[in-house]
Amino acid sequence: MKRSGVDLLVGLFVLLGFAALVFLAVRTGNMSSAFNMGPTYEVRAEFDNVGGLKPRAAVRSAGVAVGRVTSISFDNQSFRATVTLALDRRYEFPKDTSAKILTSGLLGDQYIGLEPGGDTENLAGGDTVMLTQSAVVLENLIGQFLYGKASEGGQ
Amino acid sequence: MNGSLLAPLRMLIEFVAAVGSGARFFLRLCVLGLASLRRRRLVIDQIHFIGNYSLSIILVSGLLIGFVLGLQGYYTLRRYGSEEALGLLVTLSLVRELGPVVTGLLFAGRAGTSLTAEIGLMKAGEQLDAMAMMAVDPVARVLAPRFIAAVFCVPLLTSLFSMFGVLGGYLVGVEMIGVDGGAFWSQMQSGVDWFDDVGNGVIKSVVFGFTVAFIALFVGYTARPTPEGVARATTTTVVASSLAILGLDFIMTALMFSAY
Repeated sequence: MKRSGVDLLVGLFVLLGFAALVFLAVRTGNMSSAFNMGPTYEVRAEFDNVGGLKPRAAVRSAGVAVGRVTSISFDNQSFRATVTLALDRRYEFPKDTSAKILTSGLLGDQYIGLEPGGDTENLAGGDTVMLTQSAVVLENLIGQFLYGKASEGGQ
Repeated sequence: MNGSLLAPLRMLIEFVAAVGSGARFFLRLCVLGLASLRRRRLVIDQIHFIGNYSLSIILVSGLLIGFVLGLQGYYTLRRYGSEEALGLLVTLSLVRELGPVVTGLLFAGRAGTSLTAEIGLMKAGEQLDAMAMMAVDPVARVLAPRFIAAVFCVPLLTSLFSMFGVLGGYLVGVEMIGVDGGAFWSQMQSGVDWFDDVGNGVIKSVVFGFTVAFIALFVGYTARPTPEGVARATTTTVVASSLAILGLDFIMTALMFSAY
């Protein structure tokens, strides 16, 4: 085969290979959303129990993704979990916004749902969300249910 | 009595020496491989021979494996009512495990054997000796460009394999069975991490590229210069590469994916 023909075929192969890699990272993976997010501001929230929440979980308000969980740590002073949220700068929430840990679907991933309050001032970077609701832990739920049943039977 | 006691010891010493010469050969290939990048013609010819000619088998296998994953995944997921997770299942299986491993195995069969046979026959035909006589280092001139080309090709072939697998899963799952296309892609994107999953898959494929290229060239270079020796070397390449790929895959999976 002629020199230029070989070069052309090899070039085609290499370009196709890299295109496949980009396809995997952007189309099947989350590279586009990992870098496409515009400027963010960080807000903290303290939860009694985060359940199965993981870093990089979504933060949604009214079902729309507005940010991402950046880190989860344990506060040794209050014995609660401190969750840091990176919220998209385009979206602003009142200071008395509440945060809940929710589950998408029956077996889906856990995410944080924000419910805006009525304050006139907005959350700024470094603020803490005061009103939080923990993840539902199935064991506690069953425990409460059994306890309720038992006390009903006693009456 | 004395001889029977010494025999295992001698075998052990020979084994350690073989490991040592293999490691030395590997380093030599790496150094000379980098040096051979200056002779771009040689490397490009080898990429053409190793990479382009492997494309058809890799692409068709990827597509077929995607089909099978789509079908099997659908039947299993349907029991739990979560057919939407089909895209996630297909992509994670491909990107993390099947892509690198199956590409490595196919590459060992398609290109590794041809490398071993080529080098072995060059040795049997005393072409390598003739080169050495002319003060041309056969490792630098013949083996190193092949090594670099193989190491370069495997990650690209793996990416293509995984991409065609995902497309195959899409064709069967969405176009044929009728899983919702939007959920197929969105579940995939929310569950596949570009670094932890795709990136680690690429790291695996690079390691497999080094493994297969090294084994194929080393076995070919140390083959006995007879027709029987070359035949045996070709078999050894396939067996050793396959075992090395599967063993390394287990170790890398344990390191990469079980940490959390």
